[in-house]
Amino acid sequence: MARIFFPTSLQQLTGGTEECEIEASTVRELFARLEERFPGIREQVASAAVAIDGDVVPGALLEPLDPDSEVHFLPAISGG
Amino acid sequence: MSRTHVTCVLNGDPIDFLCNDYQTLLSVLRDELGMIGTKEGCGTGDCGACSVILDGQLVCSCLVFGPEVEGRSIETIEGMADGQHLHPLQESFLEGAAFQCGVCTPGFLVAAKALLDRNPTPTETEVRYGVAGNLCRCTGYDKIVRSILDAASRMSNPQTHKEAT
Amino acid sequence: MTTTRTGYKWVGTRPVRHDGLDKVTGRARFGADYATAGMLHGVVLRSPHPHAHIVAIDFSDALAVPGVKAIITGADLPDLSDEFGTGSEGGINFRDLSRNILARDKVLYEGHPVAAVAAVTLRIAQQAAEMIEVEYEVLPAVLSMEHAMEDDAPVLHDDLYTLGLDSPPERPSNISRRRVIARGDLDAGWEEADVVVEREYTTKAVHQGYIEPHAVVAETGEDGRSTLWCSSQGHFAMRTYTTKVLGWEPGDMKVIPAEIGGGFGGKTTIYLEPLAALLSRRAGRAVKMVMTRSEVFRATGPTSGSVMRIKMGARRDGKLVAAIAWMAYEAGAFPGSPIGPGVMTVLAPYDIPNVLIEGFDVVLNKPKVAAYRAPGAPMAAFAAESVVDELAEKLGMDPIELRIRNAVTEGVRAVYGPKYRKIGFVETLEEARDHPHYSAPLGPWQGRGVASGYWFNFGGETTATVSINEDGTAVVMSGCPDIGGTRAALAQMAAEELGIDVHRIEPVVADTHSIGYNDMTGGSRVAFAVGIAVVDASRQLIEDMCSRAALIWDVPREEVEWVDGRAQSVTGAAAPLTLEELASGSANTGGPLSATVTVNPRGAGAGFSTQICDVEVDPDTGLVTVLRYTVVQDAGRAIHPDYVEGQMQGGAVQGIGWALNEEYIFDRDGVMENPGFLDYRMPVASDLPMIDTVIVEVPNPDHPYGVRGVGETGIIPPMAAVANAVYAATGKRMQDLPMSPVRVLEALSGD
Ligand code: FES
Ligand code: FES
Repeated sequence: MARIFFPTSLQQLTGGTEECEIEASTVRELFARLEERFPGIREQVASAAVAIDGDVVPGALLEPLDPDSEVHFLPAISGG
Repeated sequence: MSRTHVTCVLNGDPIDFLCNDYQTLLSVLRDELGMIGTKEGCGTGDCGACSVILDGQLVCSCLVFGPEVEGRSIETIEGMADGQHLHPLQESFLEGAAFQCGVCTPGFLVAAKALLDRNPTPTETEVRYGVAGNLCRCTGYDKIVRSILDAASRMSNPQTHKEAT
Repeated sequence: MTTTRTGYKWVGTRPVRHDGLDKVTGRARFGADYATAGMLHGVVLRSPHPHAHIVAIDFSDALAVPGVKAIITGADLPDLSDEFGTGSEGGINFRDLSRNILARDKVLYEGHPVAAVAAVTLRIAQQAAEMIEVEYEVLPAVLSMEHAMEDDAPVLHDDLYTLGLDSPPERPSNISRRRVIARGDLDAGWEEADVVVEREYTTKAVHQGYIEPHAVVAETGEDGRSTLWCSSQGHFAMRTYTTKVLGWEPGDMKVIPAEIGGGFGGKTTIYLEPLAALLSRRAGRAVKMVMTRSEVFRATGPTSGSVMRIKMGARRDGKLVAAIAWMAYEAGAFPGSPIGPGVMTVLAPYDIPNVLIEGFDVVLNKPKVAAYRAPGAPMAAFAAESVVDELAEKLGMDPIELRIRNAVTEGVRAVYGPKYRKIGFVETLEEARDHPHYSAPLGPWQGRGVASGYWFNFGGETTATVSINEDGTAVVMSGCPDIGGTRAALAQMAAEELGIDVHRIEPVVADTHSIGYNDMTGGSRVAFAVGIAVVDASRQLIEDMCSRAALIWDVPREEVEWVDGRAQSVTGAAAPLTLEELASGSANTGGPLSATVTVNPRGAGAGFSTQICDVEVDPDTGLVTVLRYTVVQDAGRAIHPDYVEGQMQGGAVQGIGWALNEEYIFDRDGVMENPGFLDYRMPVASDLPMIDTVIVEVPNPDHPYGVRGVGETGIIPPMAAVANAVYAATGKRMQDLPMSPVRVLEALSGD
C-alpha cells in the first residue's frame, strides 16, 4: 500500500491525519480513494504538485504507484 | 518637421542620412540605417550596450544626437570584422565563452576594442575599468575579462599565439 | 535510458557555440531588432499613483491626433475569472495577469498600465498618451509588509481572503496565503539544544536586471490570425498567456522567438504582448512596442522583498535539533510571491528533526513580482545560512564542518516531505573545505564567509526533433529559447549519440508552428529535459538507420551496430554505411531520416551549491569589496563546462549585487526613486574579482548523461556568504540587505 503524506494545509480536510496508507495503482485511483475517505480533498490535491518517491511528477494523474511508493503533495514550484 | 541631412563615415564608408534633431545616434543606426548590432539597454548612458567609437573615442550612442556626427567617423560592431576575418576580440569572445545571452556583447566588443586601441597590453584591473561602463547581467564578467586579456596577448604577440594553437 | 558511460567525445568538451558568430558580429536579432514595413509604434500610459480608483478615462482628444491609429484601455480586455495556468511557472492566475497588463477599476502600483496607444511614430504615440485624461480617486497606499499585515491596513483587493489559516478569515486582508511546514516536537528539540540563535532578517525587492528590455512586434491579419515576434523564456507560454488574456484561440497565433537578452525568470510572463496584439487588430497594422528601462523597473519583475525570523538550536556536538522559520514575502500588487519554494527551501539543506516553518504571501502597492532565478530561495538562504554561521561560531566549530554534520544525503527526508534521491551536497561542502581558497591567509579588515543553497530543478513538457540531411549533417530542433548556450549543449548530446562532429549539427529554436509544445526555458530544465528528448530522438534514429542498413545488406537487424557515426556489420560481411550514405539513399529505405520525441520527464535532480567569499571592509566608508570568490556546485554532469561555469559565475554575481547594492527604493508616495541603472546599481566589472568555479559531478541517475539543472542554484548562497564574510571582517552581523556602505557604517558605529 502506498504511503500518503499530507502537508499541514491539507490536514484540516484529513481531520489532522498526517499520513495514511492507501491501496492504489495510479495517482488517479489514489485521488478517488482519498476523496472517499476525506471528502473535498480531491480538488485540493489536484492543484498541488505531486511528488512520488521524492520526485515531483508533472501531470501525474496516470502515473503508476508501486505498493511501497511514498506520495507527497507540495505547492507548485516555479523556476526562473 | 524638417529633417537634418548628415554626412559622415560609417565603418570606413562615406554615408549620409536624414534624421530629426531629437534623434539619437543609436536611433539613427538602428531605425534609419538598419544597423541593429548596436543595442539599447537603457537609453541613459548607464549600460554601454549602445557603445560605438566616434572619432576614436568610445561613446554611448544613446547620448549623441544624430546631427552631431556630421563630418565625423563612426565605428560600430558591424565594422569590427575585416571582411571574412573576425577581429581577435571576436575570436577570443567566441572561444572564451564570454557571453551567454549575447545582448551586451556588441557593446563589450566595441568598448574592449577602444581600450586595446589605446592600451594594447592592459592589466586585469585596466581591463575591468576599461569596460566598467558596460553592464553584463549573465556572465559575472569573469570570462569577458579573460577573453579581452587573451585577445590583447594574441594581438601583441601574433607569432606566439599561432604557435600555441 | 540510464546507461551512463565514460570517455565521451563531445559531452564535457567546450566547442564554440553554434549561435556564437551571430552574437559577436551584431547579426543576432533580439526582441527590439524586428521591424516590418509600415508598422506602428505603441506606448503604454501608466499610473502615477501607487493606489487609486480609476474614475474615468477620456481619450477622445488623444484619438483625434493625426497619426494615432488605436487606443485601448482595461475595458477592451475580457474579464476573466480566477483560473490557474501551469507551465514551468506553476500557478499563474489569468484574472490577475489580465489586470496587471491593463488596470480595470483600480491601479495598484506606480507604473500600472492604464491605456495603450498605437500611432505612426513613437513620438506621436507618446504625445497622444500624454493627452489621455484619467481621473483618479487616490487611495492610501500600502508600501511595507509591516503595514500591509496590520489589521486595519487599507486592503488592495476586497475579495482577497487568506488561504491556509486554521479558521477561515471573516474579512479580506492583504495576506493571500499562509503556508506551514511542521514536523517533530519543537519543545523536545529546544530542550535538547545547547546553543540557540534567533534573529530577524530583511531583504528588499530586487530586479532580474536583464540588459534587454521587453519588446514585441505583433501583426494581426484580416482573418484574425496573428504573428508575434518577441523575446521571452518560452514562446509557447507567451502564446497561451496572450491568447488567454485576449480571449483568442491559441491556434490562431504564431509566436516567433527572437534571441533573448537575458531573462532570469523575468521573461516567463507577459506584459506588452496582448497590448501589441490587440492594438494591431484594432489598427489593422503591425505594432511594435519596446519598454524603456524605467518601465522595466517600475512595472516588471522584481522578486520579493522579505522579512524573516529564524530560530535554530544545536547540540554541542553540532547536531541541529530544532528550527523555527517565520517568513513573509512581498507579492506586489497581486498574490503570488515565491513563498512556496521559500518555505520548502529555507531549511532544505539540513536534516533537522523538529521544525516549524510558517510563510505568508503579502500584497502591497508595488509591482507584481515575477520569477527570479531559484524564486524564493536566495532570501531564505540569506537568513538561514547566516544563523548556521552564527551557530558554528557559538559552538566553536568550523562552519563547513557544521554543515557536513547536518547535510542531507540520499534517502534523508527533506523538511518539506519527500526523501532526497541522489544528491551531491556533501561533495560540494568537502570540495569547498579542501579548496586552497578556504585556507588562504587574510589581512586586517578582511574576512571569509561560506554559505550553501538548495534548488529543486524542473523537468517539464518537451518536444525535440532530430533530422539527418542528405549530406550527413543533422538538425536538432527544440522550442526552448537559448539564453546561455543550450543550443551547444543539445548539439553536443546529439553528436555524442550519433557519432558525428558537433559542428555538423545545427541546433534550432523553432517557432510555435514548427514544433510541438515546449515549456519555458526556466527551472534550469533545458539541458535536462530537452537533453533527454534529443538523446531519445537520436537513439531512435540510430535504431532506424541500423534497420535500414540491415535491409540494404539483407541481414538480420542484430547483425548491425552503430559505431562512430556509421552502421557496421558485426560479421564484417559488408562495408560500413555512413550517415551520409544512409541519408542520401533514404528514398529507397523508407523515406527521410527524422525522429521526434516528446517527454515530460521526472527526476530533474536537485542542485546544491556551496560558496566561499572573501571581503575587505573599508572602516571609513563602509564599502565592502569582494576580494575572492569561489563557487562549488553539483552539476550532475557538465555537458559544456564553459556554460556551466558561466551559470555559476553569473548567479553568484547577481547574488553579490543583491547582497551589496541592489534594492528598490520608493519615496513616501510610493514612487520608485531609482528606476535606472545609475541608481539601481548592478555590479560592474571593476567591482569584482574573477569568480572561481569548481564543478562537482554527482551524476543524476535520471538523465542519460547525468545532467542536473545548473542555472539557478548559484544565486542562492551569495548573500549569506557575503554577510558571513562581513561579520568575519568586522564582528558585525548584517541582518538587512543590501549591505550598502551606509548600512555597514551604521553597524560599525553601533559599538
Ligand atoms: S543604451 Fe546607451 S548606455 Fe545603455
Ligand atoms: S551575456 Fe547576457 S548580458 Fe552579457
